[in-house]
Amino acid sequence: MQQFPCPWCGKRAEIEFRYAGDAGVKRPERSADDTAWAHYLHFRKNAKGPAKELWIHSAGCGRWFLLSRDTLTHEVAGSEPMA
Amino acid sequence: MSSVKKHYSAWSLLREGIGAQTGWSKAWQDRDPAGRYDVVIIGGGGHGLATAYYLARTHGIRRVAVIEKGWIGGGNTGRNTTIIRSNYFYPESAALYDMSVGLYEGLSRELNYNIMFSQRGMIELAHSEAELEMMYRGVNAMRVNGIDIDIIDRAEIFRLAPLLNADLNIRWPVIGGLIQHRAGVARHDAVAWGYARSADSLGVHIIQNCEVTGFDVKAGRLIAIETSRGRIAADRFGMAVAGHSSVLAGMAGFALPLQSYTLQAMVSEPVKPCLDIVVSSSTNGAYVSQSDKGELVMGGGLDRCPSYAQRGSFPVTQSVVAPLVEMFPSFATLKLMRQWGGIVDTSPDNSPIISPSPVEGLYLNCGWGTGGFKAIPAGGTVFAHMLATGRHHPISAPFDLSRFETGALIDEAHAGVAH
Repeated sequence: MQQFPCPWCGKRAEIEFRYAGDAGVKRPERSADDTAWAHYLHFRKNAKGPAKELWIHSAGCGRWFLLSRDTLTHEVAGSEPMA
Repeated sequence: MSSVKKHYSAWSLLREGIGAQTGWSKAWQDRDPAGRYDVVIIGGGGHGLATAYYLARTHGIRRVAVIEKGWIGGGNTGRNTTIIRSNYFYPESAALYDMSVGLYEGLSRELNYNIMFSQRGMIELAHSEAELEMMYRGVNAMRVNGIDIDIIDRAEIFRLAPLLNADLNIRWPVIGGLIQHRAGVARHDAVAWGYARSADSLGVHIIQNCEVTGFDVKAGRLIAIETSRGRIAADRFGMAVAGHSSVLAGMAGFALPLQSYTLQAMVSEPVKPCLDIVVSSSTNGAYVSQSDKGELVMGGGLDRCPSYAQRGSFPVTQSVVAPLVEMFPSFATLKLMRQWGGIVDTSPDNSPIISPSPVEGLYLNCGWGTGGFKAIPAGGTVFAHMLATGRHHPISAPFDLSRFETGALIDEAHAGVAH
């Protein structure tokens, strides 16, 4: 089983974590048009290779963090607390 | 070069049996790319090959190429668990998937190629009274959609699948279930090869080991693609590349509402016939059928995070095997023989995207997620219609990309159960 690094708890088994989406998805202004809202809600980079993702250590400390992970090799480059 | 297609029949089998099997010719030709076509389809899986076939047969467009970066049928078409069904909740989905089941029923004859479609039926189990109540709701909706589906009780379930665990004091007890009688399994490679053979005989070029490396877009219109085997121009381009849709879309300059995940499957060592129906669980997502070779073919839910790796992670393998060995205790003695993964393109509403793209001249067939195999004949039919006419087939209209902006989603949460 793969281990992921939680910024607070250190390396833990992958089943303790949940993936929560692309990092850096920005909520548009309330006045934004339908296209901007559709992109915010549904359209994704879906990167092949290095990606920055939002994760939660759901069965551990329960905190959110950012994980740098390669979606092709599954290698993890590191994790950091959310800014 | 003319067609190599010879008619397959009982007589040709007999003749070749007597003649030491030396007279068979290749089923289709491996072509080199020409510089220009009327339509180029990117992706030589089931959907791409079926689209090419219907373009040539239904619409008379024969200057068609299917380009494939590897070998035909080597992606999800050759990696799925071959289940064909149409038990969908919403009328839009039922129309699409039931069209597909109907086309599959006549496909061996139409293609003169035995796709081994076995309509053995498929049971979906409910493990609690509450779940059975929800199943009634689903079944009623599906019956309104015209799908052949029934609720069945415990006695009938154990008659159909006697190896199921009858104990009620377990994690996944069998309380009741539903059955779609016309559902079943087919030979997945044969679907790709049958469509390839018939498309080839109608003049379609099948070009393998040909990877797209760039899009030549002029004034918002796609005029040619760059490939590992040279530049190819066409009037229209169709893209049917499943898990790699976002990668190609990014190359063409736009994003899609897709996330690529690994969907894994596995088979046991082969055993004597013991299960002649497909059994699935709507709660734990695991399902099983027995192949003609005797292997138990198993699958379940998606892997836990986005991936392009074409291999499944161990926790999900465990989440497939653990419920299955509780539901079928005798399977616990079998060894797993192979396990593999395919990259599926999941959409936010678990429904496909059949649509013009933001780039003029480029059309999309993607977002099938975990259920693309069952939809191949319908996907090919409606996508060929779009590439031939530039307009939607009535059945594909609800699946336009614009639904993510208008909010008219077709939220098949139920279809998220993978098979």
